[in-house]
Amino acid sequence: MKFWKIFSNGLINENPLLILMIGLCSSLAVTTSVANGIGMGLSMTFVLLMSELVISIFRKLIPPSVRIPIFIIVIAAFTTIIDYVLQAYFPDLSASMGLFIPLIVVNCIIMGRVEAFASQQPIINVIPDGLGMGLGYTWVLAAISLVRELLGNGSILGFPVLGSGYTPILFFALPPGGFLVFALFISLGLFLKSRVSSNTVNRDKAGCC
Amino acid sequence: MNLFSIFIKAFLIDNIVFMSFLALCPFIGMSTDEDKSIGMGLAVTFVTVLATCVTWPIYRFILEPLGLKFLQTLAFILVIAALVQLVEFYLKKSAPALYGAMGIYLALITTNCAILYVTLNNISKEFGFIESLVYAVGVALGFLLALLLLAGIRRRIKTSPVPAFLKGTPILFICACLLSMAFMGFSGLVK
Repeated sequence: MKFWKIFSNGLINENPLLILMIGLCSSLAVTTSVANGIGMGLSMTFVLLMSELVISIFRKLIPPSVRIPIFIIVIAAFTTIIDYVLQAYFPDLSASMGLFIPLIVVNCIIMGRVEAFASQQPIINVIPDGLGMGLGYTWVLAAISLVRELLGNGSILGFPVLGSGYTPILFFALPPGGFLVFALFISLGLFLKSRVSSNTVNRDKAGCC
Repeated sequence: MNLFSIFIKAFLIDNIVFMSFLALCPFIGMSTDEDKSIGMGLAVTFVTVLATCVTWPIYRFILEPLGLKFLQTLAFILVIAALVQLVEFYLKKSAPALYGAMGIYLALITTNCAILYVTLNNISKEFGFIESLVYAVGVALGFLLALLLLAGIRRRIKTSPVPAFLKGTPILFICACLLSMAFMGFSGLVK
């Protein structure tokens, strides 16, 4: 079925972080705890899905010459909405992620998908793409933050799972640990890519955060 | 906080790439040789300072008095997008060689999170105008420094035996990890 094909594309084959390697910044900064990672991933999924929907609906009305500013305005509007929603209902989460929520607006996963996909496709294809890409981003964030929180703090989602005898390796909670864990994840991504190399991945859109 | 300590904090202690994880894509993509990284670093410096000059008054004199704070992200990103367009026209005319070398990345300065981060941070840290400018220069030069460091290291990586599973991008992140550890040593420099 087409729905599942597009949906699973974002989860594995064209995973934005592991395969396309776009939107890297937020994936390192917020992954010190699992709660942050999942919160960031879901916020991002919301903005991506809603922006793709709106742009897809209006795709025939948007003049090509001014499409980029229009895309930015739509994305910024949904980013502001999620920022204020988090501040109102999840103040702790919002405080610990800080400026990285407004920075969703410059996350090029969204710009890339809107430009390459939503501006040319009907709504029926855009929904699985938004969900697939967003959840593909979310699961990688959750995986990275799981490693970092477990080793750096000895806990998962705040519950101590490694017991009191475990001495946390602070290194993993600090910035260098983020780089190290991410390097290993990309290594895994490249391995996966070499296994599915039959499909050519379009990397022209890569290059921002 | 005096201006010098703001600068050192932005430049070294909270280095935008190694400590705040921002602007990672140009950090990886534009550090293939030293010339390119200097060009990119200077372009970012120019746009960041210009963006600060414009966004700070917009926030303080327009958005805040009118109670339009929620338009902050939207207004800032549009201002930055317009400025980047301007720099692009200027470089195309006056330095076509540099323009050619920067290719796609120049257009993508718009979505360079460093610039938006600086302008948002100026507001959330409640800096005055001069402090904001110093902070902007510090962050942007920190970015330039990070690019230059990685460009130098990449020259060595080319001739080094890298383990097969780290070839390509992963080894760059391993290097970034080591550099980041070195930068943590600066953390006690300024109170």
